[in-house]
Amino acid sequence: MSKRKTERLLGLVVCLLSTERYLTASQIRAAVPGYPDSFDAFKRMFERDKEELREVGIPIEVGPTSPLEEELGYRITRQAYVLPDIHLEPDEVAILALAARVWRRAELAGAVAGALLKLRAAGVEPEESGQPGIEPRLATGEEAFGPLWEAVRDRRPVAFAYRAAGRSDPARRELEPWGVVNRRGHWYVAGHDRGRGEVRVFRLSRMEGPVSYAGPPGSVTVPAGTDVREIVRSWDSHPPERRTARVRVRAGSCFGLRRHASSEQPGPDGWDVLEVPFADVPWHAEQLASFGSDVIVDEPVDLREAVITRLKGVLA
Amino acid sequence: MTATAGGTAGPPARATARLQRLLALVPYVMSRKVVGLAETAAAFGVSERELVDDLNMLWCVELRAPDPYCPIDLSYEGGEIEVSQAEPMDRPLRLAADEASALLVALRMLGELGQPGPGLGLVDSSALSRTIAKLEAAAGEAAGLSAQVSVHVERDAIDGVLTLVRDAIAAGRRLHLSYYVPGRDEATDRDVDPMRLLVVEGRSYLEGWCRRAEAVRLFRLDRVLRIEMLDLPAQVPVDAQQVDVDQGLFRPSPQDLRVVIDLAPRGRWVAEYYPCESVEDLADGQVRVVLRTPDTAWVRRLALRLGDDGRVVAPASLAEQVRADATTALAHYGDDPR
Repeated sequence: MSKRKTERLLGLVVCLLSTERYLTASQIRAAVPGYPDSFDAFKRMFERDKEELREVGIPIEVGPTSPLEEELGYRITRQAYVLPDIHLEPDEVAILALAARVWRRAELAGAVAGALLKLRAAGVEPEESGQPGIEPRLATGEEAFGPLWEAVRDRRPVAFAYRAAGRSDPARRELEPWGVVNRRGHWYVAGHDRGRGEVRVFRLSRMEGPVSYAGPPGSVTVPAGTDVREIVRSWDSHPPERRTARVRVRAGSCFGLRRHASSEQPGPDGWDVLEVPFADVPWHAEQLASFGSDVIVDEPVDLREAVITRLKGVLA
Repeated sequence: MTATAGGTAGPPARATARLQRLLALVPYVMSRKVVGLAETAAAFGVSERELVDDLNMLWCVELRAPDPYCPIDLSYEGGEIEVSQAEPMDRPLRLAADEASALLVALRMLGELGQPGPGLGLVDSSALSRTIAKLEAAAGEAAGLSAQVSVHVERDAIDGVLTLVRDAIAAGRRLHLSYYVPGRDEATDRDVDPMRLLVVEGRSYLEGWCRRAEAVRLFRLDRVLRIEMLDLPAQVPVDAQQVDVDQGLFRPSPQDLRVVIDLAPRGRWVAEYYPCESVEDLADGQVRVVLRTPDTAWVRRLALRLGDDGRVVAPASLAEQVRADATTALAHYGDDPR
């Protein structure tokens, strides 16, 4: 029964917090009500209880019960258990309340609720009102988010099937995850790809099927000075725009191109002439093609040809 | 080892969830000396009856050895809770890594909003850094994970848009915007009575009552070409409905057109970028997506962009229009499309 189990766990926590010395399993059984009479059944239940308490962050320490005894005992020290004092000013409380709304309805909503419970217990009052008129949100729609957050937390390697951009078949990848990053609303994981022997970035939405562990907790070492945010940023960024395209655009159209143009001049027959910096021919050709007959690409030739190919592709 | 990850991602089992509440309850009361039952129940999100059950369970805690001992003494007479003794658990448990890091990642994300510098961010940068420092100090090692999680919010709006929107909301003033609509490749001018600033999916939006459309509209801040605060009060109709940000910003309406597009592997990004009604895998890594839209102009642009990486399947009239668009565009290059 859930109620009896809660009573037993509560008794166990109070018992281990009340002692300065390490208590043996037998001493604990004698003190905490609710354990079965058979020692083996007690041991199994006690092991599970300890595991569950550790999962919710209760620091159970193991140590010698006396200098002469070999048997190990258990205790919780106040120093390891207690949340240090925290006092927040009203403007800090308002910001905390705003931050607490970020994960609402997302994977970590429960963790935030747990944190607020403890902060309230420490005397902080995170009022709901926060800063009105601002709604920041992070979504975690990708199924891989939870497993990868935990893998990063527990320093555990993972394996998953990944469909790289433009590839038809997913391939199995094994990764030592260093961190997760959200960019433009998408989640990415960066780390050491064991198969490729290199640093790689993966987009969570392109993982297929479950993420599995590929090693024990603690077996991933994040190199000192690693900046996962920067790794993902440089992976995701467009190369610098070193080339310039010369295009004609119909007057009164192509605002999306004009916004990025380095120069804009009226030309003959109701067309304006733009110079637009660009870097990547395929990507820029796609963008130009999207403006249809409102744009004519004059230079460079490779870009012009790429746009023609794209448009022909529509008719293929 | 092939165990599936995510074993502890779910909510904690009922017994441990209640235990966590019980461990927080005692210090909650003690830090406030005396506190009402109703107020406490509301703070913990439980009914008063459940709260009384919790208090009774705490009061009944007993250690039997070496000497029988009841460590917790409390009362809740007259609807007021008071804890007179609870020495071993008079303070809350430390923050776990998930708890501390979820809050710290969210706080640092708030710091990303707006331009760096005092007064240029969405929230007060001094209060933000003080909050982060205090939380880090209280969390200790549990804060470590948050260094490995980062949220990048685009700062591609023109300077000052975000703070002007923030100030207009606070002051209740009308805004005038010049706004770029990429789907129709238009720049439009409109007066907007601001309601909220939404930061969703890594982008910032102004939610407001658009006086041109006479409806609630979302404006992506990076598409604002010009903005000014007018010397007029905002007048949002009382029945204007806020967008439910937790249900996704763009929800199709049943009147919208149903568009079916088949995508080659190189066109799969469409399924990630646009909200799709359905995504179905076909042979050879192809995928079929169904979109709902009130406006086909942007779909025609998308189809031209995709080239042979995508194909509009339905409606047939739209597919025909896309072919016509491509033919007209190719005519500029003096190319015979065949």
